[in-house]
Amino acid sequence: MKWEVVIGLEVHVQLNTVSKIFSGASTAFGAEPNTQASLVELALPGVLPVMNKAVVDKSIRLGLALDATINQKNIFARKNYFYPDLPKGYQISQMELPIIEHGKLAILVGEEEKIIRVTRAHMEEDAGKSLHEDFHGLSGIDLNRAGTPLLEVVSEPDMRSPEEAVAYAKALHTLVTWLGICDGNMQEGSFRVDANVSVRPFGQAEFGTRREIKNLNSFRFLEQAIKYEIQWQIDTIEDGGKIQQATVLFDPDSGETRMMRSKEDAHDYRYFPDPDLLPVRISSEQIDTIRAAMPELPGQMKARFAEAFGVSAYDAALLTSSLAQAQYFEAVASATGQGKLAANWVNGEIAARLNREGLDIAGCPIAAERLAGLIVRIADGTLSNKLAKQVFDALWESDLGADAIIQRDGLKQVSDVGAIEKMVEEAIAANPKAVEEFRAGKEKALNALAGQVMKASKGKANPAQVQDILKQKLTQA
Amino acid sequence: MSLTHQDVARIARLSRIAVTDAEIEAVGSQLNNILGLIEQMQAVNTDGIEPMAHPQDVSLRLREDAVTEPNRRDACQAVAPQVEKGLFLVPKVIE
Amino acid sequence: MINATLKQLSQQLTAGQVSAVELATAYLDRIDALNPALNVFITVDREKTLAEALAADARRAAGQAGLLTGVPIAHKDIFCQQGWKTSCGSKMLDNFISPYNAHVIEQCQAAGLVTLGRANMDEFAMGSSNENSFYGAVKNPWDVHAIPGGSSGGSAAAVAARLAPVATATDTGGSIRQPASHCGVTGIKPTYGVVSRFGMVAYASSLDQGGVMAQTAEDCALMLNVMAGFDERDSTSLERTREDYTRDLAQPLAGLRVGLPREYFADGLAGDVGRIIDNAVAELKKLGAEVVEVSLPNTQLSIPAYYVIAPAEASANLSRFDGVRYGHRADEYKDLVEMYEKSRAEGFGSEVKRRIMVGTYVLSHGYYDAYYIKAQKIRRLIANDFAAAFAGCDVILGPVAPTAAFNLGEKSGDPVQMYLSDIYTLSVNLAGLPAMSVPAGFADNGRPVGLQIIGNYFGEAKMLNVAHQFQQVTDWHSKAPAL
Repeated sequence: MKWEVVIGLEVHVQLNTVSKIFSGASTAFGAEPNTQASLVELALPGVLPVMNKAVVDKSIRLGLALDATINQKNIFARKNYFYPDLPKGYQISQMELPIIEHGKLAILVGEEEKIIRVTRAHMEEDAGKSLHEDFHGLSGIDLNRAGTPLLEVVSEPDMRSPEEAVAYAKALHTLVTWLGICDGNMQEGSFRVDANVSVRPFGQAEFGTRREIKNLNSFRFLEQAIKYEIQWQIDTIEDGGKIQQATVLFDPDSGETRMMRSKEDAHDYRYFPDPDLLPVRISSEQIDTIRAAMPELPGQMKARFAEAFGVSAYDAALLTSSLAQAQYFEAVASATGQGKLAANWVNGEIAARLNREGLDIAGCPIAAERLAGLIVRIADGTLSNKLAKQVFDALWESDLGADAIIQRDGLKQVSDVGAIEKMVEEAIAANPKAVEEFRAGKEKALNALAGQVMKASKGKANPAQVQDILKQKLTQA
Repeated sequence: MSLTHQDVARIARLSRIAVTDAEIEAVGSQLNNILGLIEQMQAVNTDGIEPMAHPQDVSLRLREDAVTEPNRRDACQAVAPQVEKGLFLVPKVIE
Repeated sequence: MINATLKQLSQQLTAGQVSAVELATAYLDRIDALNPALNVFITVDREKTLAEALAADARRAAGQAGLLTGVPIAHKDIFCQQGWKTSCGSKMLDNFISPYNAHVIEQCQAAGLVTLGRANMDEFAMGSSNENSFYGAVKNPWDVHAIPGGSSGGSAAAVAARLAPVATATDTGGSIRQPASHCGVTGIKPTYGVVSRFGMVAYASSLDQGGVMAQTAEDCALMLNVMAGFDERDSTSLERTREDYTRDLAQPLAGLRVGLPREYFADGLAGDVGRIIDNAVAELKKLGAEVVEVSLPNTQLSIPAYYVIAPAEASANLSRFDGVRYGHRADEYKDLVEMYEKSRAEGFGSEVKRRIMVGTYVLSHGYYDAYYIKAQKIRRLIANDFAAAFAGCDVILGPVAPTAAFNLGEKSGDPVQMYLSDIYTLSVNLAGLPAMSVPAGFADNGRPVGLQIIGNYFGEAKMLNVAHQFQQVTDWHSKAPAL
């Protein structure tokens, strides 16, 4: 049987405020345990939550970027369950009236664009952490993270493959960092993904029973976990089993998912409006002010790059995978007037080298102006591709500009017709066998001759000119 | 409607309050009496009435995003049942 | 001195006739003598009290005294007070020394009031008789067989027994007015949002409101000037310009329209209580008030609505008491869940457990709309009833409770009977209105009976005016039990 995969994601986006959502305690990562847990996070008797305005503003930014409805009246609710890292015994979240509903986010599937619908995004507080090591069989509770603001972004079950799920997660990650509302640090838990996965026979209208994979903190784990889960579900059904609704955890070591709790153990969260917090009301003016300060979004910039610089949709998507990347590209493309060439280099050499060295564009040793200097010399024929790569390596290692490197290393391409003719003639004279083969109709022999010329020029001869002159000389004689 | 022993056990569990088998009968009958009182609400028609969560129809005040809370760990942990290396200790949390 | 009002003590302190230390010592001595029999205080700490009194005297000597600097006060054990055990009447918090101060405590300290001790109360403010305290019931100073009322029974008994001239209190469903009525003292519950809830251990957040009890309405007005005011740490605290609650005390009552809700005088109201209220209304008429009949048709529904909303909110509010960060933790447990279940089963008394379980049930899956939403709709109907009534009157008068104080043990076995006695007080909290209890006479059994005055939103000054004028022509408020 052919199976169709259905995936929906719930992403916990930590908003990068300096203070917590309901108190003036610091949100800085990595402090000594419980030194950033104020009376409010400790849930002492009698303390009350006071809402952070930046959380609302940042949420509205995302809402506008997702082209979503901003609920101008939204309400906090208590989600009740007992857990040691949840000090009040309830999480302040939003249930019936979240701040954002009905958004959409475009992803690229191969060359095709696909719209993933965003059901809702709601504001809530993060929980603390349970530490399990080294407390003589007990767990230690650190409440520093408790009360860190989260925006939980819930998608519709619109994704049909692990690749689409990863593309959506990446697009959302790009967007929240682009907007400057989240630091995007997945290792520190700033962007955590839960995946709801089900399978159904192709053509079946109803969804299959889903299982929720909790807390995936890298794109790689997201992909691995979904792939494993899909196969597990298909195998289970094909072996005559039934999928039970459940929450599962992904174990990166084994690459498997395992059951955390079944539907029977599912919490009865007893949501109700939090009486300590009044309705959040957002004025149209507040939304307009935030809208006016919105940056150009990845989608918009992608379209503009294609339009203004003639780059492909695929390249444009890669270039807009982060704001820093897009800005880097735009600086290079604008300075050189060579959009396509700039795109090739940014998505090609730069990306490969950064990836190899574990850097991101912000840490790139070649600033945009220096890459532009290189591209200008490629465009004007000073450098062949081969020479350009040599210059690129030198740019990476030094602070010199492209021209200075070309000068220093004598890497200038030879385009002087007379000089090239001389080398071509020498090559023809030295390789009578190849000349004969070419004349007998063996086109490949031309390449061997061109190779000789290039070798003689130490790679500096303009390859196109070499080809032209070779053909000219061989057909003349 | 009337709560069964099973219902009472479920509510006690959700509430994280231990109720022994010996207590369950008495607790259940008291809860049933209270629920009987509450049932009186069902006699009144409230169609179209907007639920009232708060006495005043006011909006949430928002504070500026600033760090104002100092570290008061030692004072706060002075009343904690079990603490080590700044952490609150509890029986093993199993996920 | 022990019978002096707040106003009189203020004058004596200002005139230098008495020092804060002398006053505190006199009250502490009286507490030492009477508290064993009355069980009014959970915590008394002579050393701490005298240190505060000494500081108050120093402040006065430095010329920095306010009107109430040096006046002693009892605090309900629900307001977190730094360095003091804040038990909320519960075993759960028997070991909890608060590391911070409630807004109300800060305000009292800023005014220079001297803490005499921490007043007994029904556990987590749940109760109408004070029998739900982990520390045992408070005895009514007028009759030790009678309940003092609840939940602020310790506060009311402290003022009645002259163990304190004034006491802070809280009112979620009548917890200031009912004990004030049963103990023959004056008590006021302000409009929801007027006194900050920061540091007040939460019972039902949308209903809880701090207030005060004293001998007279004038004293209550003076105290409200100290306690009321905006606090940014409570999101439901209202941003309003400060008012002087004493400003209208002397206003004549001519032309005042007094509404009598017919539902408050129907079946269920004891004859002797009814006659006392009638007499009080007659006194006000003599002062020029005009009586109009009003209707609060959904009064009966306030009981079920309250006993859904309050337990629902409480069930969540009390989840923080889990034995992890503070409070009682069971000695033995085999795992985390058992630690929770045993700590909470041991730490909470039976009424608190009942309300948590009722609240858990009404919020649980499948019942939310039928109970919680329904109760909130009825809450709206009740608020609408008051709005309609206040269209035709300035204040509403009625009884506080159907009877004078009942006997200790009389209703403690039957929660529903206990709940039904809250009939005249619950609606006010559901609507968020201000209300008072003012001593108005004695029932046939000799126990005090209070007159309830309900004001419109922010009508505190008007209510205090009515109460004060009433107290100018009656002396019920100045009667004290023989102890």
